[in-house]
Amino acid sequence: METLTFILHNLPAIGERTLEHLSIVSVAVGVAIVTGVPLGIAITQSRRVADTVLYIGSIVMTIPSIALFGVLIPILSKIGQGIGWLPAVIAAMLYAQLPIIRNTYTAIRNVDPALRSAAIGMGMSVPQRLARVEIPIALPVIIAGIRVAVVINIGVTAIAAYIGAGGLGTFISRGISQTDVRQLLTGALTLALLAIACDYSLLWLQRRLTPKGAQPRVART
Amino acid sequence: MIRLESLTKIYETAKGSHTAVDRVSLEVGDGETCVLLGPSGCGKTTTLRMINRLVAPTSGKIVIAGRDTDAADPVELRRTIGYVIQQIGLFPNMTVAENIGVVPRLLGWDAPKRRRRAEELLTMLALEPAQFLDRYPNELSGGQAQRIGVARALAADPPVLLMDEPFGALDPVNREVIQAEFLRMQRKLRKTILFVSHDIDEAVKMADRIAIFRAGRLVQFAAPDAMLAHPADDFVASFVGSDRTLKRLRLIRVREVMVAAAGEAVAKNGPTVSPDDDLRRVASLFLEHGVDELACADPDGRVIGNVTRMAVAARLAGQGQ
Repeated sequence: METLTFILHNLPAIGERTLEHLSIVSVAVGVAIVTGVPLGIAITQSRRVADTVLYIGSIVMTIPSIALFGVLIPILSKIGQGIGWLPAVIAAMLYAQLPIIRNTYTAIRNVDPALRSAAIGMGMSVPQRLARVEIPIALPVIIAGIRVAVVINIGVTAIAAYIGAGGLGTFISRGISQTDVRQLLTGALTLALLAIACDYSLLWLQRRLTPKGAQPRVART
Repeated sequence: MIRLESLTKIYETAKGSHTAVDRVSLEVGDGETCVLLGPSGCGKTTTLRMINRLVAPTSGKIVIAGRDTDAADPVELRRTIGYVIQQIGLFPNMTVAENIGVVPRLLGWDAPKRRRRAEELLTMLALEPAQFLDRYPNELSGGQAQRIGVARALAADPPVLLMDEPFGALDPVNREVIQAEFLRMQRKLRKTILFVSHDIDEAVKMADRIAIFRAGRLVQFAAPDAMLAHPADDFVASFVGSDRTLKRLRLIRVREVMVAAAGEAVAKNGPTVSPDDDLRRVASLFLEHGVDELACADPDGRVIGNVTRMAVAARLAGQGQ
């Protein structure tokens, strides 16, 4: 009850923190899509390169986020950005790479070889084959990877509050330091809701972008 | 015309080199259907895939319409060669119309022209355009999908078609129907076709000439009747089967062995055959009725000649055509 009152009294602050949070996540995921999807497609050409890239991605995933922030502070201090928005975006972007690269790679690799063979045999160039056949077919799985990246990033960004990046994590860090359960719960609840909301809207997008012919058949009446 | 000149493909593997296709030379005339026949792993598919450069030959030449394909850009070359594969490979993200329009689009046709062409082809394949143009491949039956696969290969009206076991995944009933349809279409279109199959019956039905492969080598290259009459060696003989004489009967029409009746002929009792029947029907009637001679009647029922056991035997003993 107390928490609810707190939330109602602090709606503008919560809104602001949510926007901060989203700005970090969306920039990080945006950059990760622009870099990760082409990389995921490129590594389908060589099994060895793919294994190496995915291995590096997995290693990045195992680094605790707080440690990654720690590493970034001295590096980014050189340009006066040791704490705050930029290190938060960079860390989140690194965590978003693996799910996006891996899903893109798997989705493109799993395109039926007969389709590839038909596309080549009919005289499509490599970019035409990617744009007209392979990417449209792989798109649902690529978006599934983006969904995972977004949810991971919402969590990572919460911790970025400790390096002064703002966002919803601020409520949690203050709640802990001030032993204020209301703030703690506010942060936790809004984070959970944000994650669910983002996941569902991306799921909707995923369904929208699934090629019609690849959707499960609906009985015709 | 397509000419292969000692076409060879050698794969270098860790265990040494493997010759998939060994100095194959053959020539397919314009409008002819040549079936590449043989057991799996005999090099027939590799040969086919070298023609549209999906596989790069190790040595040898491929000449299409007088032009060495080695000099051509593979992507451009493929757009002038229709390609049908067993798995069909219709793109699931495209409608039937879009699938048929793939090569025309690559060639820069505008959208209305592509759609008109798709309509035209569906009509030719006895599929109602209004009903099928906007369907997706997962809404088609196997037989319909394979017809669309053929339509897609024909879309830009290429002079040459390569077909890799195109009807292999269909059930026998559907296969017969599509083969018959395809033959009817081919009589009109007169494409130069290379057709891979492992089914001797299909080969006999479809081919003007059969190229039979074994372990990468071309063992025999002949018209179906000639191949059935005179298999080059034991391998060919066993591949075409011990019933090869029965298979030949399908290829020969009654008119080829009929002795025309002199003057006014009188209809006899008993079964009659038509000049366009094949000799399988004649043989069945010989056996069924225990006769040595059948009357041959025109569509109006007038007897115009007869077929005898002797005449059939003489034809079978003669040189295959």
